[in-house]
Amino acid sequence: MFPARIWREIPQRYRLEANRCPQTGEIYFPPRLVCPEGKCVELEPVKLAETGTVESFTVIRVAPSAFTDEAPYPVGIVKLDDGAKMMCQIADAQIEELKIGMKVKIEFRKIQSDGKAGVHAYGYKCVPVRD
Amino acid sequence: MVGIVGYGAYIPRCRIKVEEIAKVWGADAPSYKRGLGLQEKSVPQPDQDTITMSVEATKNALKRGPHVDPKKIGAIYIGSESHPYAVKPSGTTVAEAIGATPDIHCADFEFACKAGTEGMFVVYGLVKAALIEYGLGIGADTSQGAPGDALEYSAAAGAASFIFGNDKVLAECNETFSFMTDTPDFWRREQEFYPRHGGRFTGQPAYFKHITGCAEGLMKKAGTEPKDFDYVIFHQPNGKFPQRVGKMLGFTPEQIEPGLLCPLLGNTYSGSSPMGLTSTLDISKPGDKIMLVSYGSGAGSDGFIFTVTERINEVRDLALNTRYMLDNNKRYIDYGTYAKYRGKILTAE
Amino acid sequence: MREVCVIGVGMNKWGELWGKSIRDIFVESALLAIKDAGVDKIDSMYVGCMTSGLFVGQEHLASLLADYLGKVPIPSTRVESACASGGLAVRCGFIEVASGMSDVVLVGGVEKMTDVSGDGATYALATAADQEYEVFHGATFPGLYALMAKRHMHEFGTTRDMLSAVAVKNHDNGSKNPLAQFQSKTTLEGVAKAVMVADPLTLMDCSPITDGAACAILASVDKAKEISKNPLVKILGVGNATDRIALHSRKSLTTLNATVEASKRAYEMAGKSPKDIDFAEVHDCFTIAEIMVTEDLGFFEKGKGGHAALEGKTALDGEKPINTSGGLKSKGHPVGATGVGQIAEVVKQLRGEAGERQLKNPKVGLTQNMGGSGGSAVVHILEVM
Repeated sequence: MFPARIWREIPQRYRLEANRCPQTGEIYFPPRLVCPEGKCVELEPVKLAETGTVESFTVIRVAPSAFTDEAPYPVGIVKLDDGAKMMCQIADAQIEELKIGMKVKIEFRKIQSDGKAGVHAYGYKCVPVRD
Repeated sequence: MVGIVGYGAYIPRCRIKVEEIAKVWGADAPSYKRGLGLQEKSVPQPDQDTITMSVEATKNALKRGPHVDPKKIGAIYIGSESHPYAVKPSGTTVAEAIGATPDIHCADFEFACKAGTEGMFVVYGLVKAALIEYGLGIGADTSQGAPGDALEYSAAAGAASFIFGNDKVLAECNETFSFMTDTPDFWRREQEFYPRHGGRFTGQPAYFKHITGCAEGLMKKAGTEPKDFDYVIFHQPNGKFPQRVGKMLGFTPEQIEPGLLCPLLGNTYSGSSPMGLTSTLDISKPGDKIMLVSYGSGAGSDGFIFTVTERINEVRDLALNTRYMLDNNKRYIDYGTYAKYRGKILTAE
Repeated sequence: MREVCVIGVGMNKWGELWGKSIRDIFVESALLAIKDAGVDKIDSMYVGCMTSGLFVGQEHLASLLADYLGKVPIPSTRVESACASGGLAVRCGFIEVASGMSDVVLVGGVEKMTDVSGDGATYALATAADQEYEVFHGATFPGLYALMAKRHMHEFGTTRDMLSAVAVKNHDNGSKNPLAQFQSKTTLEGVAKAVMVADPLTLMDCSPITDGAACAILASVDKAKEISKNPLVKILGVGNATDRIALHSRKSLTTLNATVEASKRAYEMAGKSPKDIDFAEVHDCFTIAEIMVTEDLGFFEKGKGGHAALEGKTALDGEKPINTSGGLKSKGHPVGATGVGQIAEVVKQLRGEAGERQLKNPKVGLTQNMGGSGGSAVVHILEVM
C-alpha cells in the first residue's frame, strides 16, 4: 500500500475529524465538500463522539489476506452518540456477547500492515464498554 | 513546582498462564511460578503494539490532566524496545493521534527496560528548564522472549504515560538520580527477532548493583532514607527481584506491594516500573512520598522522588485505574493463539 | 424517443471455464446473440465488465472484444458500475437505439474471475465498496450483506430459514437450467449448516465465483420488424439510480434505495406497477439481497420478503416467480455479465423458450441488477409484443 494513501486519511483515522452541514445538522464522516442533502458547500469541522452503540454487526470468517491473523473478527456499523455512523472492527469482544444496541467506545488500534516490510496503518476500532 | 500533571496506563486484555507455556515446552510450571513469582502475563493482540498502547495510555493521562491542551505539549518521548519500526518514529504517530503536531519535539528512546523512565527524565528536565510547557514521557512495550526461554514466561505488554508540567501538579518531582555502567547482561542485535541474556549474570552485577547504586545515590542526594517513603517502585523483571532488592535497601514489602504488578502482568519492559508508578498513584494520598527506580540492561537505572499533592483527589478517578485494568476484562488464550498473535508461526508470504 | 426491442440473446454455459479466456467467452456468447437475432450488421456495441484489469490484467477491453468479434471499426464502449455493469451496458445500448443514433446495437457483459486466487477475487470484488472506510477495516462483500442481513433480522424478524429458502428455490430453478453453474439442489438445512462466511451468511447464502458472458442485440422496433423472426420483446422501461456507497452513510441498512429509485423510474416509464410484473430476475448475490430487493421493487411489503420466499410465493409456480434462471446463486455470478444474463432469461421466458423452467405464458418481466452493496442499480421492464 503506497504510504500517501494512508497518510492522507490520518485526520479521520487518528482523530475522527468529520464535518457537519450547518443547515441540516447532519454529520459526515469522512468529511465532505458538499452536503448531499442541503447542497451546502460550507460545512463546519467537528470531531466525532468516542462512544456509541452497535447498529449491526457480522463476524468475518473468510478474511482478506491482510486480516487472516485476526480472523474471525467482528465488524460493525456503529452509531456514535452524536448521531454520526461509521464502520469499524469491534475489538476485544467475544463473538457470543455481540448484539445490536451494545455500547462501545473508540480505541486506537493497528488496522492493517502492508506485508512484513510495508507501512503499518493505524486507526479506530470500537471495543465494548464494560466499565 | 514541576512534576506529573496527568498519568495513565493501558493493558491489553489477553493473558496467558505460566502453565500454558510450560505445557508446550515440557517445563515444570510450579517451579517456574515459584522461581519467577509470576502466575500469568499480558499478551498483545495483532492490532496492539507500542504505538497503539502509547496512544491509549496517553488518552488516559489526558483525562487526568484535562487542563492540558495537546497543542501545548512540547515534547513526546516514547521509550520502548519494541518500536513497530526499526526506522520511523513511534512518537509522531502518538503526537498526531492526540492532536499535538506539528509544534512538538519527538524522539524514540531505547534502553532495554529503562527507556520509559528515560523519556520521563528528559521531559522533566525540559519542563524544569522552561523550554516546554508540557511534555509526555511514555514507557511501552510488546516484548518478546524466545520460545521456551525463561523470558517467554514474563515478557508482556503494557504502557504508561505521564504528562509533566508545572500547573495543577499531582505529584511533584523532588529529586532525580541516574546510575549507569557498561554491563552486557541482556541484548538484542540488529535484525534479530528475540533477545539474548546472560542468565544469572542479569542478577547481582546487573539488576541489583544498578538499582541499589541508583536508589542509594538518590536517597543520599535527597537526604532521605527508606522509612521516609510511603511507597517505592523498582523495575519488575519478575515477581521476586523487586522485593529482594527492596529488602537489600531496607524497604518493607508493604512499601513495594501497591506498585508490584508483575505477578499478574508480567514484565512490560519499558512500561514496567512506570506502570508500577501509575498503580501506586492510583492509591496514593496527598503528601505521600514515592520513590521510583527503573532498571535497563546494558545497564543503568533512573531514580525519581515524587511527592503527591492535593490534586490527586480530583483526577484519580477520571480514567480507569491500573489495577482495574489488570484484574478485569481478561481473556485467557492458549499457546497456539499466543504464537499466532506474536508472529511466532512461519506462514506463507 | 424510439421504441427499442431485444431481438436476440446469447449466453453460453457459465462456471469455472478453465480452458477459455475472457475473449473466448465473450465472443462465443456474442455470436449466439447475433445468430439468434439473425442480423448481419451491428452499428455499435457496449460491454459491461467490472474489473478485467484486476481479474485478468486486461483493460481497453471494448476494443479487444470488438476486434475478436470481427467488428472493427465499429464504436465499442466499456461501461462499469461494479456488479451492475451488464445492466448498465443494456441501458447504454437502449439510449443509443432510442435516440436514433444507431439501429442495431450489441450489448454484452463479461467477467473472467478464475484467473486469480480466492484472495485475489476477494480483493477485486471489494473494490466495489468504499476502500478507505469499509474495505480498509477488513470488511468483505459477504460481510457488507451480512450487516444488512443482521439488521433485517433484527428489525423484521427475518429468520435463518427464510434466507435458506431463497437459496433452495434458486438451486431448484438452476437445476432446470442447463447453462447454470450449479445444477445441484439443496435443502434448508444444507444452507444453514454450510460453512459460515460472515455471520449470519454461510457459503450457501453466497453466489459463486464464475466465468461467463451474455449478450443481447437491441434494435429499433421498425428495424426489428424488418429483420427478426423471433417474437419481439420490447423494453418498456429503464431505470438506473445510485445510492451512497458506504453502508454507514445510508439512512437505512434494510432498504436498497438505488433499487427503489431505479424501479420507480422504470415503472413510470413503462406505465406499469409491481403487480403488473409476471416474473423477475433479481440480483441475489446473497440470499438477503433477494429478500430486500423483492421488497424494494414493491413485490412484497418491507419486512415480508423472507416470508414470501419461505411460503413459496417466489417459486416457479408461485404468485411472483423470482430468478427462474437459478439467479446469481445457482446460475453463477460473473459480475459484469450478470445484468445481461438476466435480460437473456427474461427474453427466453417471454418467448416461451425457457425449457423445463418455462412459466405459463408470461407477458411482462423485470430485471434488477445491482452494483456493490447497492450503490447502483439498473432495472429493465420487458414485454413480449
